[in-house]
Amino acid sequence: MSIDLKTIKHISKLARISVDEQRAEKLAGDLNSIFDFIEKLNELKTDNVEPLTSISETTLKLRSDEVKSKNIRKQIIKNSPQDNEDYFVVPKVIE
Amino acid sequence: MSKKNSEYLINRRDNQYEVVIGLEVHAQVLSESKLFSTSSTKFGAEPNTQVSLVDAAFPGMLPVINEYCVKQAIKTGIGLNAKINKRSVFDRKNYFYADLPQGYQISQFKDPIVGEGKVILDMPKGQKEVGIERLHLEQDAGKSIHDLDPQNTFVDLNRSGVALMEIVSKPDLRSPDEVNAYIKKLRSIMRYLGTCDGNMQEGSLRADVNVSVRPKGSKEFGTRCEIKNVNSIKFMQMAIEYEANRQVDLIEEGKTIDQETRLFDTKKNETRSMRSKEDAHDYRYFPDPDLLPLEVSDKFIEELKNDIPELPDDKKKRFIEEFKLSSYEANILVSDIDTAKYFEEVVTKMGKNKDIKLAVNWITGELFAVLNSKGLEISQSPVSAKNFAILINLIKNGTISGKIAKTVFELMIDGDKDPQKIVEEKGLKQQSDPKALEALIDKIINDNREKAIEYKQGKEKLFGFFVGQAMKASGGKANPQLINEILKKKL
Amino acid sequence: MSDITKQSLTELVENIKNKKLSSTDVTKAFIDRSEKSEELNTYITNDFTSAIDKAKKFDQKPNLDLKLPGIPMAVKDLFCTKNIKTTAGSKILNNFIPTYESTVTENIWNEGAILLGKLNCDEFAMGSSNETSFFGNVQNPINKNLVPGGSSGGSASAVAGQLTPITIGTDTGGSIRQPASFTGIVGLKPTYGSCSRYGIVAFASSLDQAGPMAQNVKDCALLHEVISSYDPKDSTSIDFKRNHFSKELTNNIKGKKIGIPKEYRVDGMPKEIEDLWQKGIHYIKDCGAETIDISLPNTSYALPTYYIVAPAEASSNLARYDGVKYGFRAKGENLIDMYEKTRSEGFGAEVQRRIMIGTYVLSSGYYDAYYLKAQKVRKLIKNDFDNVYKKVDAILTPSTPSSAFKIGEKTNDPVSMYLNDIFTVPVNLAGLPAISIPAGHDSNGYPLGLQIIGKAFDEQNILNIAYAMEEKINFKNKITDWWIK
Repeated sequence: MSIDLKTIKHISKLARISVDEQRAEKLAGDLNSIFDFIEKLNELKTDNVEPLTSISETTLKLRSDEVKSKNIRKQIIKNSPQDNEDYFVVPKVIE
Repeated sequence: MSKKNSEYLINRRDNQYEVVIGLEVHAQVLSESKLFSTSSTKFGAEPNTQVSLVDAAFPGMLPVINEYCVKQAIKTGIGLNAKINKRSVFDRKNYFYADLPQGYQISQFKDPIVGEGKVILDMPKGQKEVGIERLHLEQDAGKSIHDLDPQNTFVDLNRSGVALMEIVSKPDLRSPDEVNAYIKKLRSIMRYLGTCDGNMQEGSLRADVNVSVRPKGSKEFGTRCEIKNVNSIKFMQMAIEYEANRQVDLIEEGKTIDQETRLFDTKKNETRSMRSKEDAHDYRYFPDPDLLPLEVSDKFIEELKNDIPELPDDKKKRFIEEFKLSSYEANILVSDIDTAKYFEEVVTKMGKNKDIKLAVNWITGELFAVLNSKGLEISQSPVSAKNFAILINLIKNGTISGKIAKTVFELMIDGDKDPQKIVEEKGLKQQSDPKALEALIDKIINDNREKAIEYKQGKEKLFGFFVGQAMKASGGKANPQLINEILKKKL
Repeated sequence: MSDITKQSLTELVENIKNKKLSSTDVTKAFIDRSEKSEELNTYITNDFTSAIDKAKKFDQKPNLDLKLPGIPMAVKDLFCTKNIKTTAGSKILNNFIPTYESTVTENIWNEGAILLGKLNCDEFAMGSSNETSFFGNVQNPINKNLVPGGSSGGSASAVAGQLTPITIGTDTGGSIRQPASFTGIVGLKPTYGSCSRYGIVAFASSLDQAGPMAQNVKDCALLHEVISSYDPKDSTSIDFKRNHFSKELTNNIKGKKIGIPKEYRVDGMPKEIEDLWQKGIHYIKDCGAETIDISLPNTSYALPTYYIVAPAEASSNLARYDGVKYGFRAKGENLIDMYEKTRSEGFGAEVQRRIMIGTYVLSSGYYDAYYLKAQKVRKLIKNDFDNVYKKVDAILTPSTPSSAFKIGEKTNDPVSMYLNDIFTVPVNLAGLPAISIPAGHDSNGYPLGLQIIGKAFDEQNILNIAYAMEEKINFKNKITDWWIK
């Protein structure tokens, strides 16, 4: 199988990483060699194997419905790239 | 559109089209804290004041599930007569958006917590069963605010991480009216269960609407379009109407319908394509490795089952049997839990010698009129169920007439006054002493001799005149039944 | 005390407890050596000034009941530390200052340890040579031209170079054991669920585990005892009874059955590695334990499985780095443009490569062929271990298929770089504990490690085996201090 430039463009769109032509070509090369190596899995028949969804053999623990987190807006906003006291600010969303 | 047989069809030339609708309802779970974090879920707080490190997706933060939200989802499942899945899995739905801090929403994809169920709708034609495909738990997103600044979008994450139940119906709905009934029924069930407040203004209940059309009689489904995030029943109905007609027009023009996501523009009253975003929507679901499978025991489910209150369908049945109400009356009383509660409290407070029909008429008549005019919910009723019951009893035992009762009721509204006291203070007690009434009537007949003679000669219409005079003379307090009897005797 | 930094953790604790050394002495000694060791490029951020303040404060009112009384230490820069910059080796977190502390580091400070600083690592722990760090590669104290391994390369170098007595790393596919092996130190990857992941920058959630790195097995046991705890803030943390690993440490492993898996004898493996393994088998027998030939038939599928599972989880875990809430943001005309530029400029090449792999294997039409397939094979790999553990108590393998390689040697060939983790990756996929101990040198004098893999939650057993072997091996690391001016 082969991953072409169109596929690279599509994945980069999904991953929200812009890639120029040059980088896309490099990535296509890298990914193809990695997937050649991954294809080894096709040797294995796994039709009747249950997929592993979680490595721990326990189940989910439930917490009680209590409000513990207080108003920490200052902390939350502190690291945000664009200064505003109340909100996270991002460039205009174009629908 | 033809209303024949109350079927909703779209007509073009000689062709009739049936509309097929399925809903994905997003209902905010009533809980103190969020689904995977300990922040408050209260509505209306200052922006970003109910946001924890988990909600804002800081590096290394991890989700821990809220037991109560799990219980709420299971209870809702029970209320929808649905299969509860003892094992369910949380998946990540991956996409980028400003108000989605993790870059994914934790949801349930392959293995939801609740499986197939059904709800019954009361339609004018009779009952209709709507299938439930599934119910799953997921996180709500934050809010993007686009109109505070010309260059920027502002993000408030207070809602980010609040638990939602997504309730997916089967494509069983066939008209805007059925959608209206379905949403109201879901809302009613969840309010009975206390699992969702159903407040559409605050966004606690929203829906994605799947619409397709097909020639009447066809068994195959047409291509469907999904109208995203509609937040009122009225808009849902308008959107369906518009969308169904749009699709029929396309078919009539020999064009094909694209399966796509659309948006309902409430200002223009039309749906429009959101396809620009479509190519970015490959959600890449996979089981969330930060969470383990959710397993609940039979005992856990059993305990919740024991905790389920009487739901609208059962309550309706009981009202009809126990109180001899009509199906119509029972429906009105049970559709909202607060109305049912009020009614039942009135019934209890009326005591032994009660007139339930009278109480129902007064609730659906006078009380609803007052609430309507004041824009109040029944839970905010200015007249308590206790005083309301006393008023009904006063009518029932003949202390006051129905007409006087209306005056008393109006006086009760201001400050939830005791009707008994009002009657006493204002001297509104009904005159039921036959002797006093006879004297009063004798005087009236005397004062109106000529009319009495005319009556006796056959002008029966004048009977009403005498009743009116008698009532007037008693200041409206005379027992009308007695007046009737005495007048008949004397004339 | 010029040789303070040569002392093991156990010795330092001993000397502080019997007041031969103060915390200030020890802290200053490690800071002094760290300052002279800039060329190794182990630190991304140092906190030396406040470390000395904390040491002085400790000495004023020393609590000697603690397990790490006044012990200075640096940690991998993947652990969030309150008010100290935490970068994960990435430009995208270059300016990120957490307001919270990871559970593992919290446990360490609660036992009296003092933070020296944050150690270099591969970007988001994705790498096997520490060459993917935004902050530059790290030198191996063994030799200037060698990589220290990765992703906990800064941590391994810092311990081997005696800039910190002990440290903690994280291990997703070998990121503790491989660099430990490359630098001649001990590194333990605990059972999945043993150490909380709360506050650790996530790479692949179902594989990531924090673990101790130290000069010797005993130090490693003590540090593990401190960091392993049940944490309700991590849903995958497991509530089981944890040992006092250092107290219960014993070199008596008589009668233990140790499996030798034939599938780890891979094509092209240097003879030196095979010899080392044989030497290990010898030591095991010397200690009175028994070795048994076993088979883990799906071993060769582990690496391809790993390179589906880990990137898939990473592609999703790293979606939060979008320039909105924290970290680096590139200028963009609109939201989407900002996202794409931020992530393109903020992530390095290897991270981008893995995000792309992960996005691809989860995307519509490929999920079943890759991700689901990998989850099935993962089950088979786990079953392999479950089966052999009916017969043996632990498994002995080489830690890596080679000794440390040269800087730049494998950067252009991702697959050959990935092959480095061939012996370590199956352990992560199966959620098991494993320890790497230094066991010999190759012809260049570069250290080589042996790996002991245990049953889930049986860290005590592999620590004991490692402890017994350590005594027999009597390994001496060849550190010449070449970088000290």
